[in-house]
Amino acid sequence: MSDDIVAGIRSGDVRAIARTISRIDNGDPGIVGIVKALHVHTGEAHVIGITGPPGSGKSTLVDKLVRSYRRDGFTVAVVAVDPSSPFTGGAILGDRIRMQAHATDEGVFIRSLATRGHLGGVSRATIDTVRVLDAAGYRRIIIETVGVGQSEVDIVRLADTIVLVSVPGLGDDIQAIKAGVMEIGDVFVVNKSDRDGADRVVREIKGMLETALVNGTTPPFALAGHGVAKAAAGYSDDPHGLPPVIKTIAETGEGVDSVKKAIEGHRAGLDQAGLLRARRLANVEHELRSVVTDRLTALLERDDIRSRTKMLSAEVVDRARDPHDAADDLMAAMG
Amino acid sequence: MERKIRVLVAKPGLDGHDRGAKVIARALRDAGMEVIYTGLRQTPEQIVQAGMQEDVDCIAMSILSGAHNHLFPRVMELLKERKVDDILVIGGGVIPESDIPFLKSAGIAEIFGPGTPTKVTIDFIRANLKRNS
Repeated sequence: MSDDIVAGIRSGDVRAIARTISRIDNGDPGIVGIVKALHVHTGEAHVIGITGPPGSGKSTLVDKLVRSYRRDGFTVAVVAVDPSSPFTGGAILGDRIRMQAHATDEGVFIRSLATRGHLGGVSRATIDTVRVLDAAGYRRIIIETVGVGQSEVDIVRLADTIVLVSVPGLGDDIQAIKAGVMEIGDVFVVNKSDRDGADRVVREIKGMLETALVNGTTPPFALAGHGVAKAAAGYSDDPHGLPPVIKTIAETGEGVDSVKKAIEGHRAGLDQAGLLRARRLANVEHELRSVVTDRLTALLERDDIRSRTKMLSAEVVDRARDPHDAADDLMAAMG
Repeated sequence: MERKIRVLVAKPGLDGHDRGAKVIARALRDAGMEVIYTGLRQTPEQIVQAGMQEDVDCIAMSILSGAHNHLFPRVMELLKERKVDDILVIGGGVIPESDIPFLKSAGIAEIFGPGTPTKVTIDFIRANLKRNS
C-alpha cells in the first residue's frame, strides 16, 4: 500500500502526490512512513523561497518565474502558503488566481496550503510537502509566503535560495521586512518599480545590506555564496558580492528573467563553493529542532503530564515549591 | 489533528461576474473551510486539474453566462476520465429550473440558484462529502 503510494509519487501521479500532501497537512501519523521512504529520493530540486508583504506582487512574480522556467525546460512546483483565519480556522487561498494559466501544464504542480494556526506545524508540513514534490521529480520548487512574521520566515528558511520582495509606497514595509527577515535574503526584488519611490527602496535595501556586512551580521554561508556567485552568471555586480537588488514589474514580466538569473546564479555559486551542503545543513538543523519542539509540545498535552502540570502549578501558588523546581520535576516526568 | 474541508470555488465560462462566487467563498471560509479560489474564465480542464492538485473535497462552480449545460457536464466527464469519483461537485448561478434534472443526471450533486442562503450550501457540502479522510 505504502509502496504503491511511493511509486505513484515517484512516477508523478497527480492524485498520489496531492493526497499525500493532504495527509501531511492533516498531521496523519500514517504518513510518516511514506515521507521516510521518499527522503532518499530527494535533494535534486532547487528550492526557492519567496516572501514579502501582502500586495507586493509575489504571486504574479511567481507566475512569471514559472513561465520563464518552463521555457528553459524545467518542471516546476509551487507551494503557496496563506494564513488561516484565527477566528474560524477557515481560509481563502487566492494565490492560484494569478497562476491558473499553468493549471493544465503537466510540468507544473501548484498547491495552496493554509497556516492552520498550529505552532511550528506549518513549516514542518511545508518541508514535507516540498519533499514529496522533490521526490516526484519537480526540479524547481517555489515556496511562496506572506512575509509578516517569524513563522513565515521559518517556512522560507528551508529553501536553498531566498528571494525577498518589496514594493515602493507602503512606507513602512521595509520596517516590517527588516526585523529579522532582511538578513536571510539572497536575492532582493523591488517589484512594481514603475511606481514612485522605487529607487529609494533600492537604496534603502542596499544600505541595510552594507550595514549588515560591516556589522558582520550577514550569515556566513550566504555571504560566501554571494562572493563566489558574483563571478557566476552575473549574479551580483556588487564589489563585495552582496546580494543583488533587482527592480521588476512582474505584471508585464519586466526584470523577471534577471530574477531568475540571480536565483540560478546564487545556486551555482553555492555549488561551486561547496556551500550548498553547508546551507542545507543549517536548514536541516533548523528543521530537526522544530520537529523536536513539536514533539515536546505534543508531550506537554499528554494527560498525565497535563495533570502533573496542574498539580505542580498549585504547589507553586501555595509556595510549596518554586517554579524552577516544578519545571525540573515536569521535565523528569516527561522522560 | 483536525481535518479541514477543502473547496475549490471556480468560475467556468466567459462571464465576468464573480460577486456570487466571492460571497460563497467568504461564507465557506467563515464556516471554517479552506477555499481555493481560481478566478474568472476557467476552462473545465483548468478546474479539474486545480481540483486534483489541491486535493479538494468539493468543487463549487458558479456560472451566469448560460453555458452551464455544456461546461458542468464537461467537468464531470474529465473527472471520470481521470478516475476521480470522490469529489463532490455542485453548481450555482443563473440556471433555469428546467435544466436542473439534466445537470443532476450528469453528476452535479446540487444546483443552488440566486438567493439561496449560504447556510444551505454549507450544510449541503458538510452532509454530502464523499470521503472521510
